[in-house]
Amino acid sequence: MTTSMQPLLRPQTTVAASAGRVWGMVLRYWYVIRSSWPRTAELIYWPLVQMLMWGFLQTYLAQSTGFASRAAGLFIGGVLLWDILVRSQLGFSVAFLEEIWSRNLGHLMMSPLRPIELVIALMIVSLIKLMVAMVPVALMAYAFFGFNVLTLGVAFAVFFANLVIMSWSLGLVSTGVVLRWGLGAESFAWLVVFVFLPLCCVYYPVTTLPHWLQWVALSLPPTYVFEGLRGIVLRGTFDGTLMVKAFALNVLYFSLGFAAFRYFLQSARVHGSLVQMGE
Amino acid sequence: MQKPMPSPSGGVQPRPVEVRDLRKVYGEITAVDGVSFGLESNSVTALLGGNGAGKTTTISMLMGLVVPTSGEARVFGADMAHERHKVLHRMNFESPYVDVPMRLTVRQNLQIYGRLYGLNDLAGRVTDIAAELRLTELLDRAYGKLSAGQRTRVSLAKALLNEPELLLLDEPTASLDPDTADWVRTKLEDYRRVRQATIVLASHNMAEVERLADRVIMLEKGRVIADETPEELIKRFGRETLEEVFLAIARRGGGSAELAP
Repeated sequence: MTTSMQPLLRPQTTVAASAGRVWGMVLRYWYVIRSSWPRTAELIYWPLVQMLMWGFLQTYLAQSTGFASRAAGLFIGGVLLWDILVRSQLGFSVAFLEEIWSRNLGHLMMSPLRPIELVIALMIVSLIKLMVAMVPVALMAYAFFGFNVLTLGVAFAVFFANLVIMSWSLGLVSTGVVLRWGLGAESFAWLVVFVFLPLCCVYYPVTTLPHWLQWVALSLPPTYVFEGLRGIVLRGTFDGTLMVKAFALNVLYFSLGFAAFRYFLQSARVHGSLVQMGE
Repeated sequence: MQKPMPSPSGGVQPRPVEVRDLRKVYGEITAVDGVSFGLESNSVTALLGGNGAGKTTTISMLMGLVVPTSGEARVFGADMAHERHKVLHRMNFESPYVDVPMRLTVRQNLQIYGRLYGLNDLAGRVTDIAAELRLTELLDRAYGKLSAGQRTRVSLAKALLNEPELLLLDEPTASLDPDTADWVRTKLEDYRRVRQATIVLASHNMAEVERLADRVIMLEKGRVIADETPEELIKRFGRETLEEVFLAIARRGGGSAELAP
């Protein structure tokens, strides 16, 4: 038992206490990443395969068509930005799935950790996983195809921020769905992001879509990011208004995502899902 | 039911646990049906009952993981359906059916939970609790590579890390060999005495309940059918042990909330 004069526990409601709990959860996920090299390799594997495939395809097309030679970097830039969205969302959702796989969720939910603190920790971890996955791939894109993502400059930072915020919104919804319906809904967390691949016009302009579908595309923040990329690569201009629209939509989607997460968590408490977490 | 105790400051201190007319309905199934009880400090109360009696649901509502359909579960005065975060740092939980991350070492797991509970002297407390629960040699081993008995000791260390005033235990000695189980029970007895803690125990081991509990709340079909000391229950049924009482109740056919020998 504690014998010193110092109380065993810190005050629980301070910002420092909250930050301590977030840091504890970040460490928890960091220890998992660090403990398993196959998991780290898996983080890099798909982005690398995609980048190589699109890079070689672009190299081939550039030899035979005038457009592709003018559009150098369009495919590689597209795939790198697309992978930011995918890896960040999976980083968020899979970190949460770790709790269910390891049967740890009951302990976490019983601890003083608050839902908002868990969400912040998952957001930080998604960024860490994104860095682990994308930095080596971006370096290889430069080494293999001479595509330097940093030449996009400030635009890249804005693209990155918009894609990451959107990925968190998707992560919140998919995590909420798993909280409510258990591992039976795990595939939703893995697959939800891929519906955005055709809708967000990663590799083609929005005008390629049927008219009614263009409205759907324009309601999604990543669409503006990929349009912005094409503006830089094809016309050499960065359209800031596209990014403002993307950011405004992201504020809306993130608010909806967090509301959905809270709703599903409460629903899980009503339906008893938290204590029966499984398939 | 006893009245709340006056606090040293003169105000009324809420009981550690106060459950009033608690009900939980899942669709057409009533898991808990009008359960009421209050628990005092320095007490061990066993929740008993067959599978599906409502023990886990009741404990889950005490933890705030399940929201009651009606009634309320209060812990240190906080309504666990709406204000659980006011008191979660004063309670903890151990169950062999809930793990900590397998890949992490014992030390990493304890440090993470120490941060979640906001321990002041994290490293010192981890060292102390590891020594207390004979885990010092295992601190740098992955939790997933430990035996069942060792894992139980880690779970217990996690549960005692914040020196909880309310400790909820779900079959704390399941799958342990008799020697280790006896050691765990002694630890729990010591902890209750030194910390004046309130312990709620769900167990199918009647010998364990007889040894640890000073009160038994027996549930059947979500209702309380007995609420007395183990000795009173054994005497009322004219049996030798609590196990015989449990079997007599389980095999009597049920159907009525009224419990007669």
